[in-house]
Amino acid sequence: MTDTKPPETRESGTAPAVALHTGTSDPRTLIMRNLRQSGIYVAFVVIVGLFAILTDGVSLSPGNITNILLQYSYILVLAIGMVILIIGGHIDLSVGSVVALTGAVSAVLVIQQGLPWWVGVVAAITVGLAVGVWHGFWVAYVGMPAFIVTLAGMLLFRGLTLQVLDNISLSPFPGEYQKIANGFLNGLFGGQGFDLFTLVIGAVAVAGIAVSGYRTRTARVRYEQSVESFPLFVLRILLVGAVIMYFAWQLAHARGLPIVLIILAVLVIAYGMVTRRTVFGRQVYAIGGNLSAAQLSGVKVKSVNFWMFVNMGFLAGVAGVIYSSRSNGAQPAAGNMFELDAIAAAFIGGAAVAGGVGTVVGAMVGGLIMAVMSNGMQLMGIDQSVQSVVKGLVLLLAVAFDIYNKRRVGANR
Amino acid sequence: MTDVLLEMRDITKTFPGVTALEDVSIAVRRGEIHAICGENGAGKSTLMKVLSGVYPTGSYTGEIVLDGKPVHFNGIRDSEAQGVVIIHQELALVPHLSIAENIFLGNERRGTGGLIDWNRANAEAASLLKSVGLDENPTSPVIQLGVGKQQLVEIAKALSKEVKLLILDEPTAALNDIDSAHLLDLLRRLRDRGITCIMISHKLNEITAIADSTTVIRDGHTVETLDMTDEDSTQARIIRGMVGRDLDSFYPDRESHPGEEVFRIEDWTAWHPTQDRKVVDGANLNVRAGEVVGIAGLMGAGRTELAMSVFGRSYGRDVSGHLFMHGKEVRARSVSEAIRNGIAYATEDRKRYGLNLIADVCRNISAAALGKLARGGWVNGNEEIKIAEQSRRDMNIKTSNVMTTVGTLSGGNQQKVVLSKWLFTDPDVLILDEPTRGIDVGAKYEIYTIINKLVAQGKAVIVISSELPELLGICDRIYTLSAGRITGEVPVGEATQENLMALMTKEKELAG
Repeated sequence: MTDTKPPETRESGTAPAVALHTGTSDPRTLIMRNLRQSGIYVAFVVIVGLFAILTDGVSLSPGNITNILLQYSYILVLAIGMVILIIGGHIDLSVGSVVALTGAVSAVLVIQQGLPWWVGVVAAITVGLAVGVWHGFWVAYVGMPAFIVTLAGMLLFRGLTLQVLDNISLSPFPGEYQKIANGFLNGLFGGQGFDLFTLVIGAVAVAGIAVSGYRTRTARVRYEQSVESFPLFVLRILLVGAVIMYFAWQLAHARGLPIVLIILAVLVIAYGMVTRRTVFGRQVYAIGGNLSAAQLSGVKVKSVNFWMFVNMGFLAGVAGVIYSSRSNGAQPAAGNMFELDAIAAAFIGGAAVAGGVGTVVGAMVGGLIMAVMSNGMQLMGIDQSVQSVVKGLVLLLAVAFDIYNKRRVGANR
Repeated sequence: MTDVLLEMRDITKTFPGVTALEDVSIAVRRGEIHAICGENGAGKSTLMKVLSGVYPTGSYTGEIVLDGKPVHFNGIRDSEAQGVVIIHQELALVPHLSIAENIFLGNERRGTGGLIDWNRANAEAASLLKSVGLDENPTSPVIQLGVGKQQLVEIAKALSKEVKLLILDEPTAALNDIDSAHLLDLLRRLRDRGITCIMISHKLNEITAIADSTTVIRDGHTVETLDMTDEDSTQARIIRGMVGRDLDSFYPDRESHPGEEVFRIEDWTAWHPTQDRKVVDGANLNVRAGEVVGIAGLMGAGRTELAMSVFGRSYGRDVSGHLFMHGKEVRARSVSEAIRNGIAYATEDRKRYGLNLIADVCRNISAAALGKLARGGWVNGNEEIKIAEQSRRDMNIKTSNVMTTVGTLSGGNQQKVVLSKWLFTDPDVLILDEPTRGIDVGAKYEIYTIINKLVAQGKAVIVISSELPELLGICDRIYTLSAGRITGEVPVGEATQENLMALMTKEKELAG
């Protein structure tokens, strides 16, 4: 009786949904329907364009695109795990320290002990998993807030890094290990001044996207769901294909296909599927959206929380390998502030502060926005201090947009 | 004797779409204990919020006259400044602060330079505690006290504000018998000291024991004010006033053909998670296939707690008792076990506990039985949408498609999503907790129709409701619950609002 104040606007808010449903082939309504998601892509395109103009096209040069990928790949790997945690209503402040620790363990084994390069990789990932189990235990089974547990982890694993490294830097890794982050797959099919192999892989990717998109579409039609009109579908595939082929073309004219890009692509595709299409992924969204409702729907909340952290540990291990390979060694201060970049990527990519919302692809685009901005400002010779200010403001505005959007949608809880 | 301290005249308070109070008038004499009675949702709490300024002047019509002067309150501070203090059912104490800090919270005893004078605060607190008969150190944190003593701290806090009119909302709802007796005793002593008291209560024996007059409210109207010294003012008389309306004729007809027993609990007991009392006490209950069984009880009787403790021990500690499905004893120690055993529970608060409001209709419907749509951990998204579309049509969920965010739907449609979700788990027994709370009349009818369809398919349904007419309209049998105990089991043919209300207010010793 006392809480009978539903805003009338909510009722009327359902009316336009009918119009949206029937007008699916109108691109404008398509964009509006998913403003939260598409907003980030529009922002990305604008930022890429802006820096292309400001740097006279240097930012889009083959060499620079390759550079951006190599430089930010480990942040993107971390952002995958981070966005899953954020969707589930958690956070991980320790990933920077874990990157340092896993890299350090790998360096000690490979550089100091002279073990084969792959032992280092396996060890780093194992340590990452162990860290994930540690965090998962405290958060899921003891019931502590992730903020505290991982803040402690941040200090703990930084300290362990110093112990493992005995406070000195180790370098260099053997050639095979270095190739993980700095190597390229090229020359397999030859090519005149460019790498044909890279173009072939690009074409395969486009074909894959087209086929899977078409299959999804026909399945939806079979289940009598609404789909975009066929010309629009073709247009979308062509657009995505053009972007990918341009990108491949640029890479082919630099040094070829970076190995780390292949690793990243596999992870993004795999985790994109895990979050959207597995029971585990669904339960992560359910827990973040409404913990009590998830519990009362039979979701085993503790176990899901635990595995979210184990997964984050795994990805931190992968990032540790990539980072140590890229920097060709292990340093006591490695990975400093990486957690903040990964968290920023997730939030800029549309994850909600309260949980329950976010996508892996969104986090990737969020991370790339940060990467393109940093890189562009570096090319322009802008001072580090200004770069930091700009990045801070972008994060602030992205989350403000999220909150504004939520209020507009009226999904009040 | 006609010295009136407070008069509320023709109070009308509306919320968008609902009239909560209409022309309610009440007069409270100086130095009396005035009880206010009514069913859940009759408007008692709204009336008290108007009086204490929670709903400010201008948000209602009518007049409040205190001590002969019209008053206009724009908040709790205004009303407290005039000596009107309200103690809510949910105690407003800060658990980790000391008794003295709580008593003077927002009203701190300041010494020189604006700093708090702790010596003075603790000394005053000690004397206030003495006057409410609480023997505790004012510096000990409130969290160490039981609910009964916390209630006394609240009263001490009220006394610190030089209270003229003390309002207590369900003061004994959470108390055991001894603490309740203490509290009632204290109220008598306060009355002797000249403090006027308004008490909202469901416990009619307490009202007849302590109140000087009683106002009955029903559906936002004052029914009557009884002088409790009058011999006619019995519990039965109050009950008649509380429920005295005709059964509405908007319940769809159903032919009842109960079959085999589906669900039975025996000697079911659950303890409060933090306090030392039983919330459900030795309950026995059964439901047969094709049968709708109601559970009636006043707020705090333990209805939801009973249901949730059965549903995978979602509530309470040291839950004990036996649970039988189709005559065989089963274990349901977690929600997933309960679901596997064919039990479904739709919560009374669908927004907080029932739905993921930021997710779409489709994902909410599949949430409790995602495993049915998955192979090897992979969800078949197309099958999921197909199922959801099916539910949308069967349940008549008014939304253009199942990708709509649930938070944007109306209450009735949200409830249909909740029902869809539980039906998808293919339960044998559905426990529906307040299935029609906060939804409009048309949607209610639809929900009743759905319930009828379910029992026609041979499901067993348990409905928990605060609205007796609803239970009488849709159930085959009704259990009454009072203070955690089943106090009666009445076939609907013999049930009336009056005899149910009498059973619902029956106390332990009478239940025996």
